[in-house]
Amino acid sequence: VPRQPKLPAPSFEIVHHTLDNGLRVVLAPDRSAPVVGVAVLYDVGIRSEPEGRTGFAHLFEHLMFQGSQNLEKLEHFRYVQSSGGTFNGSTHFDYTNYFEALPSNALERGLFLEADRMRSPRITEENLANQLDVVKNEIRVNVLNRPYGGFPWIYLPGVLFDTFANSHNGYGGFEDLESATVDDAKDFFARYYAPANAVLTVAGDIDVDETIGLVDRHFGTVRKRRAPKRPSFAEPVPSAERRDVHRDPHAPIPAVALGYRIADPVGSFDDLLAATLLCEVLTDGDASRLQQRLVQREHLVTDIGAYIGEFGDPFDERDPTVLTVTAHYPDAGSLDRVLRAIDEEIDDIAEHGVPSDELNRVRTRLVSVLFRELDAVISRTLEFAKFELVHGRAELISELPERLAAIDSDALRAVAASLRPERRAVLELVAEGAR
Amino acid sequence: MSAPITTVPPLTEPRRARSLRSAEAELPSGLRVLAVRKPGVPLVEMRLRIPFLSPRDTHPAQSAVLADTLLTGAGALDRAGVAAAVQALGGDLHASADPDRLILSGNVLAPNLARLLELAATLLTEPAYAKDEVATERDRLVERLTIARARSGVVAAEALSRRMWGDHPYAREIAQPDAVAAVTAAQVRSLHRALVRPSAAVLVLVGDVAPARMLDLAQHALAGWDGVAKAGRVPALPTPPGGPLLIVDRPGSVQTSLRLGGPALPRTDPDYPALQLANLIFGGYFSSRWTENIREDKGYTYGPHSRIDHNVLGSTLILDAEVATEVTAPAMLETRYELGRIAALPVTETEVESVRQYAIGTLALSTATQAGLASTLSALAAFGLGLDWIASHPSRLLASTVDDVSAAAARFFAPAPLTGVVVGDAERITGPLAALGAVES
Repeated sequence: VPRQPKLPAPSFEIVHHTLDNGLRVVLAPDRSAPVVGVAVLYDVGIRSEPEGRTGFAHLFEHLMFQGSQNLEKLEHFRYVQSSGGTFNGSTHFDYTNYFEALPSNALERGLFLEADRMRSPRITEENLANQLDVVKNEIRVNVLNRPYGGFPWIYLPGVLFDTFANSHNGYGGFEDLESATVDDAKDFFARYYAPANAVLTVAGDIDVDETIGLVDRHFGTVRKRRAPKRPSFAEPVPSAERRDVHRDPHAPIPAVALGYRIADPVGSFDDLLAATLLCEVLTDGDASRLQQRLVQREHLVTDIGAYIGEFGDPFDERDPTVLTVTAHYPDAGSLDRVLRAIDEEIDDIAEHGVPSDELNRVRTRLVSVLFRELDAVISRTLEFAKFELVHGRAELISELPERLAAIDSDALRAVAASLRPERRAVLELVAEGAR
Repeated sequence: MSAPITTVPPLTEPRRARSLRSAEAELPSGLRVLAVRKPGVPLVEMRLRIPFLSPRDTHPAQSAVLADTLLTGAGALDRAGVAAAVQALGGDLHASADPDRLILSGNVLAPNLARLLELAATLLTEPAYAKDEVATERDRLVERLTIARARSGVVAAEALSRRMWGDHPYAREIAQPDAVAAVTAAQVRSLHRALVRPSAAVLVLVGDVAPARMLDLAQHALAGWDGVAKAGRVPALPTPPGGPLLIVDRPGSVQTSLRLGGPALPRTDPDYPALQLANLIFGGYFSSRWTENIREDKGYTYGPHSRIDHNVLGSTLILDAEVATEVTAPAMLETRYELGRIAALPVTETEVESVRQYAIGTLALSTATQAGLASTLSALAAFGLGLDWIASHPSRLLASTVDDVSAAAARFFAPAPLTGVVVGDAERITGPLAALGAVES
């Protein structure tokens, strides 16, 4: 049996600190370059949107940039950028993040900006109306005016899941977005944006003691509020295959998305790693099984990919999460053959497992990809914060190579065996665009 | 508990970036190798840039197929063999082509660099371009190009290139599906023999390995790659013609793709730092005039952007925005207003200071990763620039005065000479746009 070649393991210094108001703080010093990352993750995302308010978590994310207690509209952007930094925010199924990458001499400024909006964002009728227009244009450019826009992340959850929390359109319908009010936003902030419901991460060119002092100074005065109790979003796994059709007015060729329920990604972390490796075995690169068969030999699909998490990040979501396979196929009549081939390749792994040389090379590549994602200080900041918030431990990142090395062929067999047609949703994209 | 802080903290003393160790060599074949040690993660990033300019009409289609099939087999390895070998190194390799260059990019776990370079050498010197693989990739490329052209932004970019560059090769950046469908394996092999040569190529390696060691490995692995590229002469870029706004119909579009283009300055021009700053003030960052106006004030768009593209034959100013169909004309009106304002009136000291810090800070951020530094160095190498340009650029940005920036804005952002294209629902946007100025379809 070929042995797994030795995998390099990262070592990160990670320091934890908790404020009296409940804000959890993760610091990760690395003084190799004069840049810092500052990120705040709030434990609220798409799943927590109220019924009738699809897209609200994301609309609210935009409102968090519209000024705060001591900052006029536009000032947040101007202070970050005129300090030589960049900023952004993004809304996920289980959390929402806000972050800055800055030269290290702007660290205190970044902390001030985040604390000021944690204390009190400026939510006004004017800002809401303006950002409603901006968000509608974001949805037009990313979904409505392009081929395959929002496919499958907006549409597949509605087929696979039953509860509003898990199944609704996370970008939001225009009608719901238009009915959002300033009071909705104030309620949402009051309920979910308490310091005790957030993780602050600072990484890069920092002195730990000095940074703890700065964090206390800026965030310590944010009023303590009760963190909401997080509900369980669990729902039963389907007992029969579900099918639906999505019509795309711009797409020139059909596509399909298969969504499979997998085990609780936080509670069954090793199963998550096995499922992640299985995705790579199936579709990562020209040596993968489905690429070889469906792209290269049978010419049935032009592209095929398998991934975990609605946005392709296996570590981004709590239960329930999804393993998705998507493919584009030029011949509209070949869907059944595509599905059969996917089933056969999964069954083959369920029956025979994955030879160790194949598993080793896929694992080596995955570890390398994980490293690469940690090179930029802001990515590292966001990863530490996400692992702390979703998985309870930022340190888990450093353990990934070792944990992956322990996943064997039997673990992949078990995951493959669970990917039964009756546990999945199949969403067919009908291409109604010009060829 | 102490009182909340209510004023924005000042910046503290900046810390200097550590200087990086690097080494450079030119191999007997003409290949230049630049190696930079950059710790961080235990990887090495590789960018091999091969000049690929060609005047031939068939070139865009053939070079696109070549890029898509370069990795489908070489030496003793078939397609899956190449991919499995790269994967086992914890590596990645891919090729892409544009009118200027073919680039073979990748990354690898640092201890495996030698083997990645050996594999790259095999691809360069013994590529297979097997008939069936070329046929497979040709068909996929046709599908992908069809999908690309279903996107409004791609149609707009293509229409703008054609309008700016006429029949120059730069107008044919995106290959035509029927031309791709006609490409043969023999043509791809012949293109490889003609242009995939080291005589003017540059290899950049950035990562956690000593520079001298990386040079040694590259010299050893690539010693057998030789030959001189035989490219035809490509004519100089014409001056973009300006003229009426071209309306390309895309019925049912809920947004309009708005594109304006004009000439710009290369990085080596003494006035370039001032132009770079003027571009940021106009629409090159979030706190720009254009974004604050048509996004943060009026909500017409998710985000307008202006940028300077540096191509081998010349640099270009490109403005793009996707605006809601019903506000297409108002968005164009505000765009022309902001262009006119920055061309006719001086910029302010506050604006210049803000973009100066932004340009210096983001240059540092974008070159603070192995991948970012490798890509930047590879792009700079095409113009004979390198690490010293990155190190010295902040001082050039610091030397630009408000007058310099205002002068650059007046010279390049005046709205009248720009060339313009919109892609959208012609029935709904033509009338309102025609009310603002000349249009044609």
